[in-house]
Amino acid sequence: MSKVQIMTGNQAAAIGAMLSNVQVVAAYPITPQSQLAEIMSQYIEGGKLRAEYVRVESEHSALTVCISASTVGARVFTATSANGLLYMHEQLHWAAGARLPIIMCCVNRGVGAPWTIFNDQQDSFSQRDTGWIQIYCRNNQEILDTVIQAYRIAEKVYVPVMVCFDGFVLSHTMMPVEIPDAGKVRNFLPPYKPHTILSSEDPRNINPVLFPWRRENSEGILCDGYMEMRYKLQAALENAREVIMETDHAFHEVFGRKHGGMIWEYKTEDAELILTGMGSIASEATTAADMLRAEGVKAGAVGIRVFRPFPKDDVREAFKKARAIIIFEKAISYGYEGGLCSDLKSAFYGTDIKAPIHGYVAGLGGRDVKARELAEAAKASLADMKAGHIEKNTTWLNCHTG
Amino acid sequence: MPENLFKLNAKEYILPGSRACQGCGLSLAYRYMLKALRENTIVTLPACCLCVLQGIYPSTPVMIPALNNSFASTAASASGIVAGLQALNRSDTTVVAIAGDGGTFDMGIQSLSGAAERETDFIYVCYDNEGYMNTGTQRSSATPLGAITTTTPILTKQQHKKDFIKIVEAHDIPYLAAVSPSYPIDLYEKFVKAKKIKGTRYIHMHIGCPPGWVYPPKDTVKMGRLAVETGLAVLFEVEDGKFRFTGRSKTIAQKGNRLPVINYVEKQGRFKKMNIEQLNQLQVWVDKKWDEYMRRAEG
Ligand SMILES: Cc1ncc(C[n+]2csc(CCOP(=O)(O)OP(=O)(O)O)c2C)c(N)n1
Ligand code: SF4
Repeated sequence: MSKVQIMTGNQAAAIGAMLSNVQVVAAYPITPQSQLAEIMSQYIEGGKLRAEYVRVESEHSALTVCISASTVGARVFTATSANGLLYMHEQLHWAAGARLPIIMCCVNRGVGAPWTIFNDQQDSFSQRDTGWIQIYCRNNQEILDTVIQAYRIAEKVYVPVMVCFDGFVLSHTMMPVEIPDAGKVRNFLPPYKPHTILSSEDPRNINPVLFPWRRENSEGILCDGYMEMRYKLQAALENAREVIMETDHAFHEVFGRKHGGMIWEYKTEDAELILTGMGSIASEATTAADMLRAEGVKAGAVGIRVFRPFPKDDVREAFKKARAIIIFEKAISYGYEGGLCSDLKSAFYGTDIKAPIHGYVAGLGGRDVKARELAEAAKASLADMKAGHIEKNTTWLNCHTG
Repeated sequence: MPENLFKLNAKEYILPGSRACQGCGLSLAYRYMLKALRENTIVTLPACCLCVLQGIYPSTPVMIPALNNSFASTAASASGIVAGLQALNRSDTTVVAIAGDGGTFDMGIQSLSGAAERETDFIYVCYDNEGYMNTGTQRSSATPLGAITTTTPILTKQQHKKDFIKIVEAHDIPYLAAVSPSYPIDLYEKFVKAKKIKGTRYIHMHIGCPPGWVYPPKDTVKMGRLAVETGLAVLFEVEDGKFRFTGRSKTIAQKGNRLPVINYVEKQGRFKKMNIEQLNQLQVWVDKKWDEYMRRAEG
């Protein structure tokens, strides 16, 4: 039986992990993730979930515990934010390189120095190139559903998945969320099968030192070198698109909800202006689009749900008819522009999409961004574009740059 | 319990042809350690010389499954293996974390302390070759006073070795032991005992390293013995807080025939720049540590 409850994003993530029957949880508290770590311990101590909870002394160890437990065949879960995620950096690469289907929630928060506990996406953005799949959620229902979907995706492609959602904006905001039926989730998620079994009958040395070249094993079979293994990780991410799409379809069939797979679209059919972003700011952009429509601008919105693998084909299709593109981002690649902005521009290279693109950096360290402000920014950009300013430096929204 | 070497587990878990240097004390110690632990063991290890001994993909000379991990994470990795096996109802497997002195005294201290405090059911082994050997003999906090390393090339190490065993003991773990591969039966028996105990167990192995310590590879067993005979390495165990000398150290404690540290120091090229003042300081330091052990053995 499905039921609707009012809950925070952290709670939704915890329920998603519980319904996925995770077997080992390791987490270290950090605002705004802490509540998620606490709820998981309540589930486990209270007997609602049969799992081992390792109360580690650091995030580096949290991910290490997940790496090792996943290697021996347990379904694992962790969550963190900001500096906690940065502290895991070495192990993020390790998890992806070892091809382990670990699921981690990143409750997005700005990173120090100086300290901020408030939301932006610089934390997960800065981990973009660690080989993880990254999915950004726009509401609490999507968080719960995405955690479940993430296990199915990760365990098929053997790549870890980071489920990202905005700190406070979602993590601490109550929304109605439908809780899927536990039995149906069990059917949706087949048991996890590790890619390698650790046993003394067939002893193996996992994640050893490699030479740059390929080498024969004792049976004379030529085995991968480091570069072949890296290529396979890249191929796995590229091929993950199909699994992500299939998972969203299958989820829709069983639970009646879909979240768009790689991206989602809002009133784009006839849109001349498309606003885009990731997570809750993209959701805010839908309201901004409605405001613009009320003023006679044919506006729509696209949410980039999966940031890695980058949804190149999907955005080419979605932005095909756009005459103006405006990107709102809660992160920046210092010294250049927002990473999503660069990625979209490169995705359009060689296509017929020649629409001007303006990038905005917004909401860093929790700076408020309202739909009205997004709409005003979009209007200003449109005016600029009409005046022939196709190129424009990144604009810092609601920021005193003078 | 085996009286002599012939009674040890005859099975070999390390096939000939490992990538360790000739005369490596770690090869000896690892061999006896695995004989004592036998099958149904999972080893986890960080970057270190053991990682090289374990072989280059896709071959390994080691017949026990092993998981390589990053430098700081050995004990956390063991925690993950233990939790994973527990969740899968496979908790009869012995989980062993093994790291060098760098991966233990320095970078691994946090995850080891965390795992011990959580009373994780595993054996932690530190093989102490007194330096970062894998990266070319740099100084670690386990390097003794007066030793030349590649990062103390002119002045030699200016500080004493960190008394890491004391730090581990402060975690009140059920079993702690110090061993040397120069005394394989003592080493073997301690691992056999550790395997039977539940909770966090810690075994410290003093490991001779010919290139790092600068002595001929054939002298590894001799160097290990001299370390014990001078009291620079002490064979003991602490079971539920009760200290006990074992093997050769026990005989030395009874007979009072401990050798001066010069007998050990003069045999190794790494101490060739040691001055008389440092030598005296090292002797005073060893005497003080030895006296502490003697008091504990009597008390
Ligand atoms: C985070 C990190 N920093 C540095 C290194 C480089 N590194 C690899 S092994 C090693 C030293 C290992 O020393 P120790 O633990 O004493 O083992 P030994 O090599 O002496 O056997 C270092 C510094 C690394 N692998 N990871
Ligand atoms: S450097 Fe020393 S510890 Fe490392 S393999 Fe060689 S002899 Fe053994």
